[in-house]
Amino acid sequence: MRRLFALIPLAALAVLAVFFWNGLGRDPREVPSVLINRPVPEFQLAGPPGQSSGLSSADLKGRVSLVSLFGSWCVSCLQEHPTLMMIRQGGELPIFGLDWRDDPVKGAEWLARNGNPYEKIGLDPAPGRVSIDFGVTGAPESFLVDRNGVIRYKQIGPITPEIWQHTLLPIVRELQK
Amino acid sequence: MIAEIGHFALTLALAVAMVQTVVPLIGAARQDNALMAVSGSAAMAQLVCVAIAFGALMHGYVTSDFSLLNVAQNSHTQKPMLYKVAGVWGNHEGSLLLWALILALFGAAVPVAGRNLPAPLRARALAVQAAIAVGFLLFILFTSNPFERLYPAPTDGAGLNPMLQDPGLAFHPPFLYLGYVGFSMAFSFAVAGLIEGRIDAAWARWVRPWTLAAWIALTLGIALGSWWAYYTLGWGGWWYWDPVENASLMPWLAGTALLHSILVVEKRESLKSWTVLLAIITFGLSLLGTFLVRSGVLTSVHAFATDPARGAFVLILLLVVVGGSLALYGLRAPALKAGGVFAPVSREGLLLFGNVLLATGAGTVLLGTLYPLIADSLDLGKVSVGPPFFNAVFLPLMAPLVLTMAAAPSLAWKRGHLARVRSRLGLIGGFGMGAGLAVLPLGGPWWAPLGIGLAAGVLAGTLAEPILRLRAGAGLSRRQIGMTAAHLGVALVIVGMVGEGAWSSEAVQNQSIGQTVTVGGYSFALNAVEPVKGPNYTADRADFDVTQANRAFARMAPERRVFTVPPRPATVAAIRSTPLTDVYAVIGEAAGPNTWITRLYVKPLVIWLWIGALMMAGGGLLSLSQRKRS
Repeated sequence: MRRLFALIPLAALAVLAVFFWNGLGRDPREVPSVLINRPVPEFQLAGPPGQSSGLSSADLKGRVSLVSLFGSWCVSCLQEHPTLMMIRQGGELPIFGLDWRDDPVKGAEWLARNGNPYEKIGLDPAPGRVSIDFGVTGAPESFLVDRNGVIRYKQIGPITPEIWQHTLLPIVRELQK
Repeated sequence: MIAEIGHFALTLALAVAMVQTVVPLIGAARQDNALMAVSGSAAMAQLVCVAIAFGALMHGYVTSDFSLLNVAQNSHTQKPMLYKVAGVWGNHEGSLLLWALILALFGAAVPVAGRNLPAPLRARALAVQAAIAVGFLLFILFTSNPFERLYPAPTDGAGLNPMLQDPGLAFHPPFLYLGYVGFSMAFSFAVAGLIEGRIDAAWARWVRPWTLAAWIALTLGIALGSWWAYYTLGWGGWWYWDPVENASLMPWLAGTALLHSILVVEKRESLKSWTVLLAIITFGLSLLGTFLVRSGVLTSVHAFATDPARGAFVLILLLVVVGGSLALYGLRAPALKAGGVFAPVSREGLLLFGNVLLATGAGTVLLGTLYPLIADSLDLGKVSVGPPFFNAVFLPLMAPLVLTMAAAPSLAWKRGHLARVRSRLGLIGGFGMGAGLAVLPLGGPWWAPLGIGLAAGVLAGTLAEPILRLRAGAGLSRRQIGMTAAHLGVALVIVGMVGEGAWSSEAVQNQSIGQTVTVGGYSFALNAVEPVKGPNYTADRADFDVTQANRAFARMAPERRVFTVPPRPATVAAIRSTPLTDVYAVIGEAAGPNTWITRLYVKPLVIWLWIGALMMAGGGLLSLSQRKRS
């Protein structure tokens, strides 16, 4: 009996080991979005100062598009920006911008300074209701939307050239078929 | 060139550690003194080799040698010197090298301090110590080499995360590692004891100071981390039940239990099997902490490297070390001779009860920390386990533990006579209840008076014994004073926890210049927000005039910094501490013209958290300083 008791700790470790081994292959950061495969929320947003048209949910129908959330206050967005410019030049798909919780003037200045990869921009001032309806957790964040206006993929954090090539582009090609 | 010397020294250290693992074990089995003596010189040689490697990496950081990949990724010429040095362990590879260095330090301490130890025990313990070193050195050399070169060398480095550029954090990892790795001593000697089939009072006398030293370092390490989180993250909290915080709390809980059960082995030659198990578990939890931080199996603010290959390696290391020793435990522990028996109502009885509660506490934290991993593994969905779970499950376990702490010092060893100490226990209980009733008018949640009452009970229970002794004209040994101070420290930490948790007030708002916001009786007038420029950042600095009951209390200047390399924002909270309360101000982003988001907190009694933690560590040091055996 005492013998068996003394082996209990070893058995407990064995059970834990199985879970650890399983856990190694998974990414805990990959939070599944509840809004994947759901239509984009209905919205109508004003554009930056001086531009007549903003962005609305109707713009996201008919073509596969990338909706990207940014803000002039967001440092990682600046890091992502060159990649978005590159995607724009590639012309694979239109990019729409959501200027999130931003001062409209600062947002426009930021784009003037760093280049504007967006076909259309919607202003979503604080608290940023529309973005929240998209299921945004922070900026930058991007969504791939299919022809029917359904969110198909959510990218958390900046898009790097690598993520674009290996993750997003294959999905875009698939959606465009 | 210097980096290559470091790399070579590290490889040499691996070879030495391999010899140190094998030869002394053969020597001890054959009773061959010459072979056993290899352990001592090998431990010294290992320390020299690892120290050279560590020095080489340090040299790379201090001279900003960006041809080293590790330096280029984590340092920058503009970084202040303190953080260049601290940057050595501010990253995955360097922190593992620090781990190996501390392990080598403890290993080398055995032949120096342990001349009186029986040669076979010393040789076997050093062999176990070296086996751990082999695992870690292999890990460093094959998956995390800090001496990798980069060609062409960049002109400047990528910089260190600015949040980590802080004196509190510069010293947080070394202390934590001293604690984690320090428990390897208890572990190695426990395994050596199991191999020999003998654990006795002499064993306990040797292991206790090392366990205590590790416990002191871990206590300080946790306190430093918590203090850093409190004053830099700008959320006003000091503990978040983050997986990595839990990873340091688990070995602390198990180590605290170990410390007390070693005491029973030392004084009464009892609880041997349990003590050995605790020694294995404590070090196992320290390794688990390393695994959790390094593997990325759990989401945490601390995870530096999320590389499955590295995770797999640490996991295998963990399984070999802990699995091997638990298997040995399963085989040998039943043969350990039990010593003195004791009645349930005795000091041993209460120590054991407290031990069980501490171990259960560690188990609870383990469950909560690993549950997301287990749920994901079983496809139960992605979950996160946060403060509500821990507060609901862990804290209720701590209440009886604290009661035990209050009563235990009053009971005699072996068999306590409740009748004899009844009036004393009554006084202690009465004091606790009185204190609880006294804070009732302050309001707050129901557990606030309970917490204060428990803290007061510990205070009274801890002080009763030394006061009675001094009255009777008996002196107090340093160990007794140390234990008293450490237990008083726990009481103070409880006071701080209750004060912060129950009676804090906070306000988050858009505040315009000239506007005054009142929180918890303190009025914060925002006079101005000025841009300032630091050595490697620019900042917005606010100027608050804080008044209490129309009397000037303080002028506070919190900052919101944006670092240049890498460009990241960081908050610098302004905190004024008094014995009764902390006043805490944070400035956030601009919310409009002349308006900023401000977060203002009034947090009673927080300062006692840090004072209590320091008293725990100080009490430990005092106890450690007693050389003579009582």
